[in-house]
Amino acid sequence: MSDTTLRVQDPSLVVLVGVSGSGKSTFAATHFGLYETVSSDHCRGVVSNDPNDQSVTPEAFALLHAIVGARLQRNLLTVVDATNVQPHARKELVALARTHDVLPVAIVLDVGADVAAARNRERPDRTFGSHVVDRQQGQLRKSLRGLQREGFRTVHHLRSEAEIAGVVIERVPLLTDRRHERGPFDAIGDVHGCLPELLTLLDELGYVVERDAVGRPVDAVHPQRRRVIFLGDLVDRGPDSPGVLRLAMGMVRAGHALAVPGNHEDKLVRALAGRDVTVSHGLETTLAQLAGETAEFREEVAQFCRDLVSHAVLDGGALVVAHAGLKQSYHNRASGRVRAFALYGDTTGESDEYGLPVRYPWAQDYRGDAVVLYGHTPVPRAEWVNGTMCLDTGCVFGGALSALRYPEREVVSVPATAEHYAPARPFPTGGVGSSDGGASGRTGAARPADVLDLRDVTGVRVVDTALLGRVSVPEENAAGALEVMSRFALPPRALPYLPPTMSPVATSTLPGHLEHPDEAFASYARDGVGTVVCEEKHMGSRAVVLVCRDDGGTRFGLAPGSPGVAWTRTGRRLLQPDLEGELLTRLRDAVATAGVWDRLDGATWVLLDTEIVPWSLKADELIREQFAGVGAAAAAVVPAALAALDAAAARGVDVGGLRTAVAGRAENAERFRDAYRRYRWDVDGLDGVQLAPFQVLASGRTEADAAEPGVGGSTHETRPHPWHLEIADALVAADPVLIRPTRRLVVDLADEASRSAGVAWWEELTGTGGEGMVVKPLANLVLADRGGRPLQPGLKVRGREYLRIVYGPDYTDEANLARLRQRHLGRKRSLAQREYALGLESLARLVRGEPTWRVHQPVFAVLALESEPVDPRL
Amino acid sequence: MLVTLSATARPDTPFADARDLGHLLHKHPDRAQRFELSVGVAHVFYPEATAERTTVALLLEVDPVGIVRDQRFGASGDVSLARFVNDRPYAASSLLAVALGRVFSTAAAGRSASLPEVAAHAIALRIHLPSLSCRGGAERAVAMFTPLGWRVDAAPVPLDSEIPAWGDSRYVDLTLEGEITLGTALRQLTVLLPVLDGAKHYWVGEDEIDKVLRHGEGWLTEHPLREEILRGSLAHQRRYVEDATARLLDTAAVAAPEASDAPPAPDVPVTPSLAAQRAEAVLDALRSVRAASVADLGCGEGALLRHLRSDRSFTRVLGTDVSVRALEKAADRLRLRDASDTERERLTLLQSSLTYRDDRLQGFDAAVLMEVIEHVDPDRLPALEDTVFAHARPGAVVVTTPNAEYNATYPHLHERADGAPVRHTDHRFEWTRAELASWADGVAARNGYTVTVREVGPGDPELGSPTQLALFVKEAAA
Repeated sequence: MSDTTLRVQDPSLVVLVGVSGSGKSTFAATHFGLYETVSSDHCRGVVSNDPNDQSVTPEAFALLHAIVGARLQRNLLTVVDATNVQPHARKELVALARTHDVLPVAIVLDVGADVAAARNRERPDRTFGSHVVDRQQGQLRKSLRGLQREGFRTVHHLRSEAEIAGVVIERVPLLTDRRHERGPFDAIGDVHGCLPELLTLLDELGYVVERDAVGRPVDAVHPQRRRVIFLGDLVDRGPDSPGVLRLAMGMVRAGHALAVPGNHEDKLVRALAGRDVTVSHGLETTLAQLAGETAEFREEVAQFCRDLVSHAVLDGGALVVAHAGLKQSYHNRASGRVRAFALYGDTTGESDEYGLPVRYPWAQDYRGDAVVLYGHTPVPRAEWVNGTMCLDTGCVFGGALSALRYPEREVVSVPATAEHYAPARPFPTGGVGSSDGGASGRTGAARPADVLDLRDVTGVRVVDTALLGRVSVPEENAAGALEVMSRFALPPRALPYLPPTMSPVATSTLPGHLEHPDEAFASYARDGVGTVVCEEKHMGSRAVVLVCRDDGGTRFGLAPGSPGVAWTRTGRRLLQPDLEGELLTRLRDAVATAGVWDRLDGATWVLLDTEIVPWSLKADELIREQFAGVGAAAAAVVPAALAALDAAAARGVDVGGLRTAVAGRAENAERFRDAYRRYRWDVDGLDGVQLAPFQVLASGRTEADAAEPGVGGSTHETRPHPWHLEIADALVAADPVLIRPTRRLVVDLADEASRSAGVAWWEELTGTGGEGMVVKPLANLVLADRGGRPLQPGLKVRGREYLRIVYGPDYTDEANLARLRQRHLGRKRSLAQREYALGLESLARLVRGEPTWRVHQPVFAVLALESEPVDPRL
Repeated sequence: MLVTLSATARPDTPFADARDLGHLLHKHPDRAQRFELSVGVAHVFYPEATAERTTVALLLEVDPVGIVRDQRFGASGDVSLARFVNDRPYAASSLLAVALGRVFSTAAAGRSASLPEVAAHAIALRIHLPSLSCRGGAERAVAMFTPLGWRVDAAPVPLDSEIPAWGDSRYVDLTLEGEITLGTALRQLTVLLPVLDGAKHYWVGEDEIDKVLRHGEGWLTEHPLREEILRGSLAHQRRYVEDATARLLDTAAVAAPEASDAPPAPDVPVTPSLAAQRAEAVLDALRSVRAASVADLGCGEGALLRHLRSDRSFTRVLGTDVSVRALEKAADRLRLRDASDTERERLTLLQSSLTYRDDRLQGFDAAVLMEVIEHVDPDRLPALEDTVFAHARPGAVVVTTPNAEYNATYPHLHERADGAPVRHTDHRFEWTRAELASWADGVAARNGYTVTVREVGPGDPELGSPTQLALFVKEAAA
């Protein structure tokens, strides 16, 4: 017997229907994967240890539904292996499929009661009599007629053992599933019959238009094989809907364009089919225009519009197009409400004062990874909202016709030649920014662009980073970070970056040392780094500084003209507002004087990684309470102890060893005081304060009239350190009083003499009280050969005297050092690496123009990781 | 850390030869001795030993690396740098007190086999503690030792001699002179060093009461600062202090009145505190809008939740705070762990932030922001407005916040980082009545609420009341 091919949509919910003994389990095992099939008998076994125990039916089906629901949530093809001969059983499954907008498919295995009963007799575990099968067979027979009506989109009825045995299942993707189409694309918003503007736009995009014998455009071809995506609403209102259709249909037919339907096409289909529709909103124009075309053309149009599929998932799932947009849970799903959403948006059922439907601003809540491009609601400008963009810029209302070049993410617009149709609601054509992302109507509650949801940070605590993949944040750390972020940090929009922690160098075994440059050189040499730069470490406080000119700060929610903002490593404002204003104004002047804006391609904002000194500016209380207190206690007691010992010695008491030890302590205590004293001095306002920039993190232009504000910036982690230091030097030259130079030395790791020079330089630096240095690969970001993970971006090598502040006055005693050398660096290193990857991720998201919540996620994660318990001395 | 004790001989008394100090202490004046103790290594030696005057020195060496690895010093949990660099190796503290008790135990007990009459005799003593950790400064040391008959010289140690602007440290160079038995002097040091330092390096359990009473025998009962000494010695555990007091005064253990740490102030008329009035005003506002489900946003340790819980007309109560620690305290105070399932369903606690939208805050009849908004930076208020009024959208919102005008009546205010006077250092702003009204009107207009503002607490005709309350009621959907 010839094989029967069953086409089964993937994904779909396949419901097997058949009496006990009809061979459902065998069928499922033959045609579907191990995990794809959910069996009621298996669920009975799971909850009761007995797959035939009928008394646990409710529990078993509760479990079955839970499993099926979870799989459908993930859009996975799922097969239900249960008798399903009773309508109520099927009804629940159909409802489950609908909840998840997955197609329900029925496959009926109809072998007849005799065969089934015979099979059951052969199985010792099936103890029920043949009357059970008879009853089921009766229920099945009654069910067969109504399966379509129950909601099954497809019903396959297999009528014999032989037919069942010959079945071949062919899995077919949903019509919306076009993930194999990789682009590049040019997605064009609502055309509405504006043929002249469409032709200009295609020309602008580089397409060559082909015309038929009478000069009508019928196709357009791109020399680089780019393709157009029409986002729907090709017709109505405008001057030449038939012309637009002719061109679009030609392009789709020739494979030069894809199209999704708009609500206007949907209505046109119904009108052309002679159905009763209200002819309004420009449909009257189209019908009048089509009346001048041939019947054949009209039929072609009807066919074309009818065949359009609600939405398309493209480029491996990274791009979704739908006329009115599509929320994430509807991507690549099939149901009536998915189609309604794709064509009409998330309507509330209400109308606004102009009689237009009120829609929920779905894009504001969009959190998906896929880019969603859509049209439908005219907006003054195409703007990114959470990775979605509306490209309907109201051409027919006198706005512009816009396209997005994908994957380049460039908006290309051509202005309308005229207001072709008066809008029902006044269409804002001026520069008034609208960030409501397709929302219309709803007063007051429109969500501003930088609103965050708790789920953004505490729900999904896994952040995808380009450098390290998924970085996860423990729940308790996120809880702690939430408090700091909410109560003490700058507003998230103004806080696009937090600096990572830095690992110290591996512990040195050289006498008297805990840290030494040798270890840093050896470590990078092992990792294949040829040249490193040693940068002086300024003992102060880490400060990230955003310097802005003109309206550069508006990207960060700052007032126009703001010189920027500066923050600490935990995201707190660095200085009191008046001092901060003074600092940033001077920095901005220095950036301008040094010509840094020009070097950064005309940027209007730049993010600098810096250290601010003195340490006491931010840490005065810590120095007094902690370090000065210890020094005072020591200074008071040690001389008295020495005097007492000397007096005893003078009496001839042997206190030799103890006296040496106490004398050593006296010396160490004085060195300890010297150590912290070097990092504090009095300041008056900004007098005495210095800022040492050492890295340019990112820069960009904020342009008020750009289609995509904020996009066009760059991060600079792949520029070699000399580039960064050159900019730092230029800033020092511009304001040597405020800006402190960072001394540095380049070391060739292959050259022993160069390494020795590096060690000597460090000894000199720290011998005169310097904190130490940071050794970095000269090339900046370096990925390890194996695994491609980033190397530590820097290793700190702190000075012997400085470390007294960290490890205590007497840490240099060899007995103490021996124990302190047993420090564990693994956790600190891992933390430094993860925070580095997160920091770069937030910067990358920032310059890509991603929404605040996306930039905020890695920033929040850095703060959360900082609360991990790690030895603070590292 | 170091302590020296000098004894001066008095002819015609049992203590006619100062070298007898060595006998009393069981430590030979011509030898340096070394004792390995749990707290470190104690060295005992005599800088002088003549018939006229003999001085003994006890020098305790604390292992600075070992100390941070030791559980007793908080090696678990505390990861601040303070643990690693601290004054313990230098300053006189409970470590030294323990060393004194151990090394000179017989003398401290007032016993002496060879010279019992000397041990019982008050001798001229001079005690020098060059670096005494003393919270409360030199005056506190004076107040502690003077009532015991000592002439006290307490010189504050400068925080850093090179930086005079910093002023004094919390260390005192202390010299005590007096006529006292050696045992009493040692026992006084044992008790008072940790009290002045404000900490003990070991866990204070019930047996500490016995120890303190034993060491306090003969001098503690009459000490004017007895309560303070007991509290400091017993780690501020009220039950221990009450028990110890009762035993000291040789009375039966009387049940101490509640809130013994708040002395009654008889001349203050009995009016509810401002906090109580404020809570009552909030409850009134909630009842006026017939709220059954209430979210207390920024509930802190649960001051208002207590009231909400006791009124059964509130059928669902949610407390949120951004601080997990505050929520844990609230759960403790409300004894949520012991509550029935029904009660736990009625009253729940959640961590949430007012600057992030949170779906779990939706669907309440009313939300309360009691003394919360002033803890939010002004530039985050739009986010708070969005979270509460645009997203959670309860039927009513009650906001209370200080009235800055009323601050003129407070003699003592805190100073914010920028110098502005505020009632609490964490207040990011305090509003005048006009400022609150302006904010409230804007919020109401933008979000479809109507608002009324009232005052809470005793009013001043010019300045208004200490607290102001705004009640927002959602307008019926059009």
